Amino acid sequence: MTDDDRRPDPDALLASLPPARGRLKLFFGAAPGVGKTYAMLAEAQEKRAAGLDVVVGWVDTHGRAETEAMLSGLEQLPRLKREHRDCELDAFDLDAALARRPAILVVDELPHSNAPGCRHPKRWQDVEELLAAGIDVYSAMNVQHLDSLNDVVSRVTGVVVSETVPDHVFDQADEVRLVDLPPDDLLQRLAAGKVYLPEVAQRAAANFFRKGNLIALRELALRRLADRVDSQIRAQRAIQDHTPVSGSNFGLLLLIDDDGNEDAIRQCARLARALEAPWHAIWLDDGRQHDAVHDQVQAALKLAAEQGAVTLVQSGRDNARLLADYVRRHNLSLLALHRQSYPTRLLRTLKRQVPELHVLLLASPDRHTDRKPLRLGWPLRGWWQTVLLCLLVTVVALPLRGLLEPANQVMLYLLVVLWSAVRYGRAPAALAAVLAVGLFDFFLVPPYLTFAVSDVQYLITFAVMLVVGLVAGQLVASQRQSADMAQQREAHTRILFELSRDLGQALLEEQVGEATARYLHSGLGARIDLWRPVGEDDHLQPQQQSLPGTDSAIVRWCFDHGEAAGQGTTTLPNSPLLYLPLKAPMRTRGVLVLSLPQPAQLSDFATRRLCEAVAALAAQTLERLHYIDVAQQTLLNMEAERMRHSLLAALSHDLRTPLTALTGNTETLARKLQRAGSPFSDDVLLLQQQGQRIARLVTNLLEMAQLQVGSMTLKKEWLPVEELVGGAIAALGGALDGHILRTDIEPDCPLIHGDPVLLERLLVNLVENAAKYSRAGSEIRIRCAGENGCIVLRVADQGVGLPPGDIGWLFHAFSRGNRESSVSGVGLGLAICRTIADAHEARLEAENLPGGGACFTLTLPLLAQPSLDFPQEN
Amino acid sequence: MGIASTVLIVEDDVAIRRFVRAALEEEGLQVVEAGTMSRGLIEAATRQPDLIILDLGLPDGNGINLLKDLRGWASVPVIVLSARVGETDKIQALDAGADDYLTKPFSIGELQARVRAQLRRHASRNGAVQSSLERFGAVEVDLLNRTVTRNGAPLHLTKLEYRLLSTLIAHRGKVLTHRQLLNEVWGPAYIEHTHYLRIYMTHLRQKVEDNASQPRWLLTETGIGYRLAAE
Repeated sequence: MTDDDRRPDPDALLASLPPARGRLKLFFGAAPGVGKTYAMLAEAQEKRAAGLDVVVGWVDTHGRAETEAMLSGLEQLPRLKREHRDCELDAFDLDAALARRPAILVVDELPHSNAPGCRHPKRWQDVEELLAAGIDVYSAMNVQHLDSLNDVVSRVTGVVVSETVPDHVFDQADEVRLVDLPPDDLLQRLAAGKVYLPEVAQRAAANFFRKGNLIALRELALRRLADRVDSQIRAQRAIQDHTPVSGSNFGLLLLIDDDGNEDAIRQCARLARALEAPWHAIWLDDGRQHDAVHDQVQAALKLAAEQGAVTLVQSGRDNARLLADYVRRHNLSLLALHRQSYPTRLLRTLKRQVPELHVLLLASPDRHTDRKPLRLGWPLRGWWQTVLLCLLVTVVALPLRGLLEPANQVMLYLLVVLWSAVRYGRAPAALAAVLAVGLFDFFLVPPYLTFAVSDVQYLITFAVMLVVGLVAGQLVASQRQSADMAQQREAHTRILFELSRDLGQALLEEQVGEATARYLHSGLGARIDLWRPVGEDDHLQPQQQSLPGTDSAIVRWCFDHGEAAGQGTTTLPNSPLLYLPLKAPMRTRGVLVLSLPQPAQLSDFATRRLCEAVAALAAQTLERLHYIDVAQQTLLNMEAERMRHSLLAALSHDLRTPLTALTGNTETLARKLQRAGSPFSDDVLLLQQQGQRIARLVTNLLEMAQLQVGSMTLKKEWLPVEELVGGAIAALGGALDGHILRTDIEPDCPLIHGDPVLLERLLVNLVENAAKYSRAGSEIRIRCAGENGCIVLRVADQGVGLPPGDIGWLFHAFSRGNRESSVSGVGLGLAICRTIADAHEARLEAENLPGGGACFTLTLPLLAQPSLDFPQEN
Repeated sequence: MGIASTVLIVEDDVAIRRFVRAALEEEGLQVVEAGTMSRGLIEAATRQPDLIILDLGLPDGNGINLLKDLRGWASVPVIVLSARVGETDKIQALDAGADDYLTKPFSIGELQARVRAQLRRHASRNGAVQSSLERFGAVEVDLLNRTVTRNGAPLHLTKLEYRLLSTLIAHRGKVLTHRQLLNEVWGPAYIEHTHYLRIYMTHLRQKVEDNASQPRWLLTETGIGYRLAAE
């Protein structure tokens, strides 16, 4: 067998590929009212007139008459009604669009936020799914909706736009058409009531539609589009020159501030795009921040990831070293900072460790941010217990006022400060320190019951106590937080370690689900369910009892798209459960459905990462189990094949040995009688002929059995047609003596790729058949030539021809043209031919020739010819 | 052939032995029989036969093992009898040193022709005069000067074609497997490249044979190899 047999069939590979991605055409404008929807619908009408299947998925005409006129004649998808807080909201019906599968779908207002309860929170995500399903989409958006320009636009116009579209959607759109209108014309349209209804128009003109705004927006839109065209040209040139688009190892690293400044992220994204460089966003967790900061940073990291950054949270003590390591590892050359306070020490150390690193300080725009103030979530209990403890110490110390030195009484207060730090953290410790100083001064330092101090040296005691209290509180609290985090991380690592050990030993699919469930339950208190594809059509079924609230449609979506869905993701985030696809190297092996006691926990970075790691482990184990099954099945098949083979060999031996003795001995007897001139010699000759007939029959039967039992293994080799034909003629030997044989082989006929023994058998049977059904002295022609990407071999005779009517049954075993014919044979010959032809993916056909006689045609596929790649004539 | 040659038949089936013996005696040959592999080895060593007819399926082992033992000390021609489906065991036997094979059931005429050919081949190989001229049909090969003529006219062969032809001539009458030919002509690295051999054989036939698709001399043993016809 040559290498070609193991190579996958390219057609089969193509067929298994998902459908080609649809094309996105964006109609891009500087401001509302420039006529995007109109232009989009005009083009849709053109396409419809050209015979394409165009459907309108969503268009809002805002009551504009011209636009509404454009809608006429276009098929519109019905809108979905969704109940939300007593009011009914219209929604775009994504599933209906996917089911309808038009060639082009018009979906206006790309930045639109979907009604709660829809699959995706944003319309652009709906569009992504439509494109992935192979549907072309027309959509529209304005420049102020571009995520990376969002801050610039709001600064220029003073209007904050909350609905945005990530830049990659714009950048990856296949076509962007600018719909442009000079500001004066737009203002005229506005005044004429063509943009908004009159009362709205007046308000709009005062706010958004100022001429200055419109000029700025138009400039932004034009420039952004020019950028896009520019990078397209550069990419095109790079393809033509065969050089990589970005040759330098330039990379950008943004150090995210604790307040997670979004402006900085947008600036960095713009910068990275301008430099055509990859960019990373990192947050250094020094363990001193509380939860509210975590939330803000999480949101910032998410935004950065949407803008194309690689995001990471690093934690450790030595910030400079962490940063230096990261920069080196990822070959980054520019560090961007955005800090209220300039981190002099960090930069100095960094400069020493990575001297080649450029540092960029991002300007912080003087902008009114409506960020929520940090909500301090300390448990109230900590506060009042701290106060209570301070008072208690005071009560204990009061009777001892004369007995104990004030220095020793201070020690009691210090104890309280330390306790508060350990128990309740930083802020209560600070409170305890301040309270302690106050109470000590008021009650225990003479003069009593006043804050006045008689002896100045007590001021030193106060100062030291305050400093010790604050520092100790800070230290203890940050220590405790690091310890907590380390503990959590350790727990997660242990879960992964033990799970991977258990999964490594798993031999059944049920064990995978059971082990995953056990560890996620003990680690996170989670309840899980594994959905596995069953049967040919990958119908998904839960392994255990289904979790309450599991939506099988989401499971299906998650499995088909190989993306996470549900809580904490961008797809159906309102679902209380998290759906993770079990993605293994070869394919998705199922879906992991997770339910945590508190759904919000799923948004947490560390928890989410743990869940994903567990899903990956489970997926790999499932794949491993699958291939164990495959290997076992193959072994079984091989064993069965071997048994069948040895059975046939034994049968062949046991049948042929007595036959040989029979024919041999009759032949000897016939010769002897002939020499002796006995009258019985003719009888014995007849006996000998019948013996030979049985022998031929047995050979045919054995061959048929070998071909049909089990899978036939072909020993494919490259064969010149001449040799094949020559071999067949030689094998027929005396059977052709009565006929005139003519071979006509095209001089440069291509090589056939096939099993030489089987193909010769096929040809022998065809020629023998031709000889059998035509009279002696007539001509048998064998012709071979390459025709239309095939090799065609024809065997034609001048005999009686085929019986009229359907001749398909000719090739079935045990059938013959004329049941009562005097010609010998049981009709296995052609059945063998058909089986061999099928195994070679060849066609075998029979027809009557116009001049009389039958013609059998074998059409073999023409494959790429082998080369003679050895040193010629060495 | 002054003294009658001796033929050893190693075959377990008595009925087959019987008619094979009759066919050989008809040719004027002396026949020795053996029913098992061990008996066959003893007979081969003591009787020094001029030819061995060997059945592959023997009650005490595979005939190929006998062949391998035999080839350690004797170059006597061996014709193998096989009742198996497929070509594997024939190829194995030929690679192990057999000279020709017959598939059961076979006719007496066929058997006698093969036996005659092998005996003649062996006799001429052992004969004192080894001619440097080899003839088949209208073709004459001068092995000393490495020239080939057809009907007296010089015939141009490439180096590989000549090497292929001279290898077949050196073993004329014997079936050579694809492996053996590829190893001899191209070298051990090309043993798997049977299409080289097939393409070159087609070229050679076109130059040497009258009708390349019905060769008279360069015969195909389908699925096994080639042979240069003895006569």
